[in-house]
Amino acid sequence: MRQVAIYGKGGIGKSTTTQNLTAGLAEMGKKIMIVGCDPKADSTRLILGGLAQKTVLDTLREEGDDIDLDLILKKGYGGIKGVESGGPEPGVGCAGRGIITSINLLEQLGAYDEDLDYVFYDVLGDVVCGGFAMPIREGKAQEIYIVCSGEMMALYAANNIAKGIQKYATTGGVRLGGLICNSRKVEGEEELVKAVAKEIGTQMIHFVPRDKAVQKAEINKKTVIDFSPQEAQADEYRALAKKVDENDMFVIPKPMPIERLEQILMEHGIMD
Amino acid sequence: MSVIREEVLDKYSAKVYKNRKEHVITVGEGNPDVVSANTRAIPGIITQRGCCFAGCKGVVLGPIKDAVIIVHGPIGCAFYTWGTRRHKAIADERKGEKADSYLEYCFSTDMQEADIVFGGEKKLKKAIIEAMDIIKPKAIFICSTCPVGLIGDDIHAVAKWAEEEYGIKCIGFSCEGYKGVSQSAGHHIANNQLIRHIIGTGDKEPVSKYSVNILGEYNIGGDGWEVEKLLKRCGIEVISIFTGGSSYRDIKNAHLADLNLVQCHRSINYVADMMYDKYGTDWLKINFIGIESCKESLRAIGEYFGDIELKARIEEVIADEIGNIFEELTYLKSKLKGKTAALYVGGSRSHHYQLLLKDFGIRTVLAGYEFAHRDDYEGRTVIPEIKPDADTKNIESITVEPDPKFYKVFLSEEQKNILKEKGILLNDYPGMIQDMDEGAIICDDLNHFETEEFLKVLKPDIFFSGIKDKFVIQKSGFLSRQLHSYDYSGPYAGFTGSVIFGNDLLMGLSTPAWSYIHAPWKSNPCLEARLEVEEYA
Repeated sequence: MRQVAIYGKGGIGKSTTTQNLTAGLAEMGKKIMIVGCDPKADSTRLILGGLAQKTVLDTLREEGDDIDLDLILKKGYGGIKGVESGGPEPGVGCAGRGIITSINLLEQLGAYDEDLDYVFYDVLGDVVCGGFAMPIREGKAQEIYIVCSGEMMALYAANNIAKGIQKYATTGGVRLGGLICNSRKVEGEEELVKAVAKEIGTQMIHFVPRDKAVQKAEINKKTVIDFSPQEAQADEYRALAKKVDENDMFVIPKPMPIERLEQILMEHGIMD
Repeated sequence: MSVIREEVLDKYSAKVYKNRKEHVITVGEGNPDVVSANTRAIPGIITQRGCCFAGCKGVVLGPIKDAVIIVHGPIGCAFYTWGTRRHKAIADERKGEKADSYLEYCFSTDMQEADIVFGGEKKLKKAIIEAMDIIKPKAIFICSTCPVGLIGDDIHAVAKWAEEEYGIKCIGFSCEGYKGVSQSAGHHIANNQLIRHIIGTGDKEPVSKYSVNILGEYNIGGDGWEVEKLLKRCGIEVISIFTGGSSYRDIKNAHLADLNLVQCHRSINYVADMMYDKYGTDWLKINFIGIESCKESLRAIGEYFGDIELKARIEEVIADEIGNIFEELTYLKSKLKGKTAALYVGGSRSHHYQLLLKDFGIRTVLAGYEFAHRDDYEGRTVIPEIKPDADTKNIESITVEPDPKFYKVFLSEEQKNILKEKGILLNDYPGMIQDMDEGAIICDDLNHFETEEFLKVLKPDIFFSGIKDKFVIQKSGFLSRQLHSYDYSGPYAGFTGSVIFGNDLLMGLSTPAWSYIHAPWKSNPCLEARLEVEEYA
């Protein structure tokens, strides 16, 4: 079972990329579970067709020990299982603790089926506290992909996430598998992301072009492969899935000082 | 004498030694003597300090009998601060107003994992609704524990809601355990909220000519009752006590008293200072532990009010109290004279009890505070010298303005100067060191290891401390008495209290059972083994 965590700046397209990628893997016949680690609980919407299931933490709120895994674990496109960790409403409680609690509960409930080929963790935004690093602690995700674009803040966040990975890499054995560029149509984007990836010591595993097909599918609560399998964009996600499945480049990242990042951005003309 | 310090601290690494040596001094060796205090405990050392929550909920607020104190947090914090400090109280009626006692009850929101994740404010509200349905208190205090601070529950907003909803007094105390370096931070936080929300909100005028508040008296074993009785006999009205056996009902009238008497300087000096600024109320550092101290304290109060009649009555009371205990006192003195003692208590008792011991002819060889600041050792004159560090600055410090309605000046500057000439210090505390013999040792933030080392070196007849090290001391063969809880005895305050204390001491010294017990492994090896290598050879 390969456990994969997807990180990246808020709003960069982590959930969209994760679901389209897993749809590609499912097409290849892989058995997959997606664990949404965002309190908003919208990481499995495209796979489950908008079906809002109970979150893991909902079960914790209710008293009694009669917790049914079927209530929180739903099957969607291509047999992909989706589960949402859930969490508090904004400004209340502790979302970080929620993720820790949720993943522990999932283990207790037996969600980690031996037959699974992949478990994907879709984690909210930056690694702001210990809770958001839970998926990459020892015994959890072994590989990480960072979704980014050629925009400065996205790369800044990617570098920060690399710092978090570096910390856990030395103790927990987690490795960085690469950057996934979710294009924002920035000039010279592919070269820039490649350059940053090289500097961090990893690869840009795939460049996902921007395409209206993604939005169209999303409105219909579906992944591109599910909604319009003939579109060129569907092939892009298939290509990404194949690259991830065959990936053998797992590194301890070397995050760079902010000055170096700025220098690279300047070299690629982003800071003019 | 610093030889003793070297011997005790000898086992420490250079880094630890460098830190600890500033906390351990021999009286009379410095010029002046300086004690490092109120700094972080060293990781790895078993310090005996408590946390900020303990200082706020456990010490200052805990004894207030008619307020429901809801501990917002997991159950342990509430349970272990419930009924453990022997601050006694009974429900009573004063000036037609009743005050119930809820001290037998333990209120907690019993936070669970789900409350941490989703926030605990709803549960806190529910707890308040329950308390109002069942008990209908006039005041509710909400005390924060560590996780509440981490997840950011807004207890002050909930308190405001409760005040509007029920028309009661509801105050939030952000006294999360991790704040500050010891329980001292909690005292400060409690003091701030008392002056902000309670003192000055009552309107029950004193009925006697002279009235006081007793600050920093927590009624352990009934001490506060003893002191109140004594003052009453002299004709002095006690408006409120902070906070032993006391009530929200009384504390809100505190600003109407003529004078504040400060027993425990550390835990309540903030209220004393702020009442001086806001209401013009002078404070007098008194001490009702010890016979000579009681006399001095009562006489100082008499001098403050400057009333010949009052002074005469005070002398009558002193003579009568002494008359009652004289015989027993003489006997106890004859038995206890010449013994030596070590004291390690919170932030004031180590000073007070030295004076009581002196009454019996017992010499103090070692004294230390758990959570005191430098002024508790060296006197308040040192305060301007104390550089506030990040830990101190992290605790809110408030300033108050003179109250337009209630600010009053009881003594003119001239009268104050006359008092000063008589040796009576107003609004000041000279600290513990000035009452100690040269050559005695002071040890701030003492720990288990140093306790054992000091026992070996100093061999005191009695070691006064608390439950955390009582049995370490006893099993080392020394008499140990708890000065936090009085080992289920007391009261020790006042004249009769002194005799109870003396009797407890004599009882302990006359039955040195622990010194006869030796661990078997100290004299005989407990493991037997045979070297079998040769058999293979």
